[in-house]
Amino acid sequence: MSEGLTWTVYDADTMTQAEIYGEVLCHLGDKYPNIVGLSADLANSTKIGKFGKKFPDRFFNVGIAEQNLFGVAAGLAKSGLIPFISSMAVFTSMRAAEQVRTDICYQKLNCKIIATHAGTSFGQAGTTHHCTEDLAIMRSFANMTVIVPADGIETANAIRECVEYPGPVYMRIGRGFEPKFYDNEDYGFKIGKGIEVHSGTDITIICCGVTVLQAVEAAKMLKEQDGLSVRVINMHTIKPLDEEIVKRAVLDTRRIVTIEDHNIIGGLGSAVAEVIAASGKGCAFTKVGIPDCFCEVGYPEDLCNYYKLDADGIMDKVREVMGKDFEEDEDWEDEV
Amino acid sequence: MPITDQEIQKLKETACSLRKDIIDITGWAGGAHIGGAMSMVEILAILYYKYLNIDSSRPNWEDRDRVILSKGHGGVGYAAFLASKGYFDKELLKEFNHFKSPFGMHLDGNKVPGVDVSTGSLGHGLPIAVGLSLGARLQKKNWKTYCILGDGECNEGSIWEAAMAASHFKLTNMITFVDRNKLMIDGPTEEVMGLEPFSDKWKAFGWIVKEAQGHDFKSLSEAIEFAQNETKAPVVIIANTIKGKGIDFMENQVKWHYGGLNSDLIEKAKQSVDRM
Ligand SMILES: Cc1ncc(C[n+]2csc(CCOP(=O)(O)OP(=O)(O)O)c2C)c(N)n1
Repeated sequence: MSEGLTWTVYDADTMTQAEIYGEVLCHLGDKYPNIVGLSADLANSTKIGKFGKKFPDRFFNVGIAEQNLFGVAAGLAKSGLIPFISSMAVFTSMRAAEQVRTDICYQKLNCKIIATHAGTSFGQAGTTHHCTEDLAIMRSFANMTVIVPADGIETANAIRECVEYPGPVYMRIGRGFEPKFYDNEDYGFKIGKGIEVHSGTDITIICCGVTVLQAVEAAKMLKEQDGLSVRVINMHTIKPLDEEIVKRAVLDTRRIVTIEDHNIIGGLGSAVAEVIAASGKGCAFTKVGIPDCFCEVGYPEDLCNYYKLDADGIMDKVREVMGKDFEEDEDWEDEV
Repeated sequence: MPITDQEIQKLKETACSLRKDIIDITGWAGGAHIGGAMSMVEILAILYYKYLNIDSSRPNWEDRDRVILSKGHGGVGYAAFLASKGYFDKELLKEFNHFKSPFGMHLDGNKVPGVDVSTGSLGHGLPIAVGLSLGARLQKKNWKTYCILGDGECNEGSIWEAAMAASHFKLTNMITFVDRNKLMIDGPTEEVMGLEPFSDKWKAFGWIVKEAQGHDFKSLSEAIEFAQNETKAPVVIIANTIKGKGIDFMENQVKWHYGGLNSDLIEKAKQSVDRM
């Protein structure tokens, strides 16, 4: 935990990820007078409004105007302030994509973008509000750091750390009702360092966000039911990716499944695949996520189940990958 | 043709019954954008029950008028009207928001008959209306495009980019409404991001502005007929409305932008509509 901060998350059972974010930002506001907040008519929904209530002079609601939102944030950052900016993930990563890339990333500005309602967390709203592309987009912007906290506690850690972390940060959280994964904040969170949250030697699940809790449950059940030893890695930072922890998984388990509430193209799975491919080692591999389609409508639990992002679905996928062959060594010619 | 008293009476009944449908769907959905759906009921009623040249048995009929609900979060209201016109069975709306339903809060044109454009991300409708209107003119088609904007939505730069284009291209085959209910999510429009002098902004962008009482069929009818006959510049009808109109505990309440209704509230809401 950052020095000088006495406030810890005391109520992660009833507070949503976004509420915790708002609360932590309020506390940081006391310590850092140069933090400012911005939203685009979503102050209440994204919970940055808590900061706005506490520091009305340091909060700017620009109305429903996301491109302006990120342009204004860039200007505030240029003037020496640290803007925290919140809107829904879909409008952040797509409506304002060029402002984020050109105004913020290109100029390496110290903007902290906390995007809510990401993935399928607002599933009932339909495609215009789903956001299963943001990791791919944000990951491709040079200078950008991309973080997907597993729950509210990890959100608190990530928010605290990113204040002092230089340059632009994109953090995606859900709409609200995600269950907590961590019991307390002292587990050694560090931007860019994946965390092994369940040990195992047969296969590795690499996941992020809401899927971490599900993956660990799947790992426990697979131990019980199949006697499988499943390693689970919480890859909360998608960029810069912790390549070492991926390579170690390749070497140790030779089977990897990635799980994310995002299109299987371009996000966590792709980032991990790039490391596996570059390692030159054989590894059975599957990406689980939204299979390159616009999602169905529905509540997040139903969609997680449908797209195999919950514990049951993850167990199926792990069993599938356990049955896959991979080339250990020289015999590549046979395949090609 | 100017509206008759008899027509107005019928439209009032339609509006009343559609308000109750919207209340029901909000209950089934577990939550919906009911405030902004209620404020545009009269606009949709007069369009769907008097002016639109459409045929619900042929949702893709080439010569139909096009409708774009640019404030796509009003989907719960839009869906109620489409069902009442016979585009699909109202029973299907019991699944509104539910898993694999064709109906999410923001209607999907690929899944819902009668929806010309999938909306929900604010600020997209007016540019698409400009494109449709240019397309109709180029292909010598007589159909018109009707586009409904939220007032908060008019914060978006893309609305003003499209406004510039519509007057530049002298588009008189599109009719635009602003549901001027004076509220958005975080508060009143004038507190969050002031729009006034709103009419002057549209005029400065080359539009003809008609102000109307958005819950008064006579006033709406006059504005629409004026717009239909205008030949020089695009017309925007600024319809002054009340968010949550018809449900006393919702009227002018910011917090009723989005909400759910239990059976108790459903009852209270319907009683309030009956007292209108
Ligand atoms: C581009 C975009 N930004 C933000 C939102 C979230 N949002 C949904 S409704 C709404 C407020 C709309 O206010 P207004 O246009 O006045 O509609 P009404 O009051 O009639 O419901 C906002 C900000 C969105 N749907 N699209």
